[in-house]
Amino acid sequence: MADGMFIQVEVDESVRGDAELAQKLADACPVDIFENAGGRVEIVPANLDECVLCELCIHAAPPGAVRVRKLYSGEVLQSAD
Amino acid sequence: MRLFEYESRQILEREGIPVTKAGVARTPEEAERIAREIAGPVVLKSQVLTGGRMKAGGVKFADTPEEARAHAEHILGLEINGHMPRGVLVGHKAPIAKELYAGVIYDGTRKLPTFVFSDMGGIDIEEVAETHPDHIGRGHFSTILPQMDFRAKDVIASVGITGGDLNKLTPILSKLARLFVKYDMTLAEINPLAQLEDGSFVAVDAHMDMENEARGRHKALLAELGVGDEETREAREPTPFEIEGERIDSVDHRGVAGNVTEFDGNLGLVIGAGGGSLTLFDAVRKYGGRPANYCEIGGNPSVSKACNLTKLVLQKPGVDKIAVMMSIVSNTRVDIVARGVIKACTELGYDPAEKIAIFRIPGAWEDEGFKILERYGVEYCDRSVSMHEAARRAVEKIGGQAAAQTPAAGAEEGTSGAATEVTQP
Ligand code: SF4
Repeated sequence: MADGMFIQVEVDESVRGDAELAQKLADACPVDIFENAGGRVEIVPANLDECVLCELCIHAAPPGAVRVRKLYSGEVLQSAD
Repeated sequence: MRLFEYESRQILEREGIPVTKAGVARTPEEAERIAREIAGPVVLKSQVLTGGRMKAGGVKFADTPEEARAHAEHILGLEINGHMPRGVLVGHKAPIAKELYAGVIYDGTRKLPTFVFSDMGGIDIEEVAETHPDHIGRGHFSTILPQMDFRAKDVIASVGITGGDLNKLTPILSKLARLFVKYDMTLAEINPLAQLEDGSFVAVDAHMDMENEARGRHKALLAELGVGDEETREAREPTPFEIEGERIDSVDHRGVAGNVTEFDGNLGLVIGAGGGSLTLFDAVRKYGGRPANYCEIGGNPSVSKACNLTKLVLQKPGVDKIAVMMSIVSNTRVDIVARGVIKACTELGYDPAEKIAIFRIPGAWEDEGFKILERYGVEYCDRSVSMHEAARRAVEKIGGQAAAQTPAAGAEEGTSGAATEVTQP
């Protein structure tokens, strides 16, 4: 979990070590919020507030594994399980 | 973009307007050669993009080529208002019987070009307008319809010129109007337009400004004149504030935060979108506000770009509040700009609700943007509030004169009259 001022992105611990997912998320996010850190999913805190709410990360990950939280409204973007 | 006198004269010649015989010299030797070719008395004029040449000693007369060379040497080394000359114009000192003025300017209020003609040339046209308004003729013309000579003729005749002179002057003013439109000028003037002792008319001095944004359309002309792409031709050097604005824009390819220009007011502006910047800047001034800056933000800038630009504006000495205003945006996301400006306020230790006088950006993702603004208690408005009304509110909040100039209800252009969506903390 990492926080920006407006956006928080949560990645389930169970998928953090998935190297394929790490690359997929790094490729999918248009504003480089995900990094493939040697096969681990890492979040780049400096880029969190650039999130454009496109949900590409959510659809790239297994259902429920990635959630995007809008800190200003409390809404959470996530895929239906 | 301002053109040098010698460039303006070249354009006049190109378009068939007679000019006095002249050449531009970069060295005293060249000046001597040109004077020899003219074979008569000459006037030497410093080629600088600033006024006050005569007063500064940048204009001299010479009867011989040797004298021309000596004057050129002096003029070429003479700085005028911080400008070193590009060269020295050596022109025939024609036997002038009468000096007149012919010009075309753009009337921003009517949104039409305007002929300006006076039978009193050789002095500032503003001075003539003030002291002898009856000696100035004016008339608008269309940029779409073909330029008809009779319109120019009417304007010249309005200052009492008749007969053969009227017939000779009409094509000159008419051609000036055509070149004004053809080359996207914002100003084209001949002052003085001289009547020689033989009765003919000839341009002695000319001044032209081309719309900056039109440079790309006139590459051939600018190449012919020798104007390089790198020449900004700005009226002054950019300030550190403006240089930093340019840096913020250039380091991040996402969106635009450009044309940052410094003014000395207390209301910082984060404005833009489809010409919105100019309208909003004018609106702030109309209501008595004092803008601290001008800028053009749009094209979907990143949060960090919007944030950095806002920080720059907020940190400018004398800025009390900022107004974040745009025309209706399509590709710039309201929520992203909202994040950027709020982040800038908080990172600098300000309360966004205090620092942002108004946020008026209607368009893409506005509902999302409004959620953010509500969360931070920032006053915002949607498209039911016109840009002018938003500017008025910003000025009022900062203690300007807005209240005294409030337009009558419903009289505001673009105001729907619907209840305004304003959130107060
Ligand atoms: S929603 Fe889009 S921008 Fe935001 S983190 Fe996911 S992929 Fe990146």
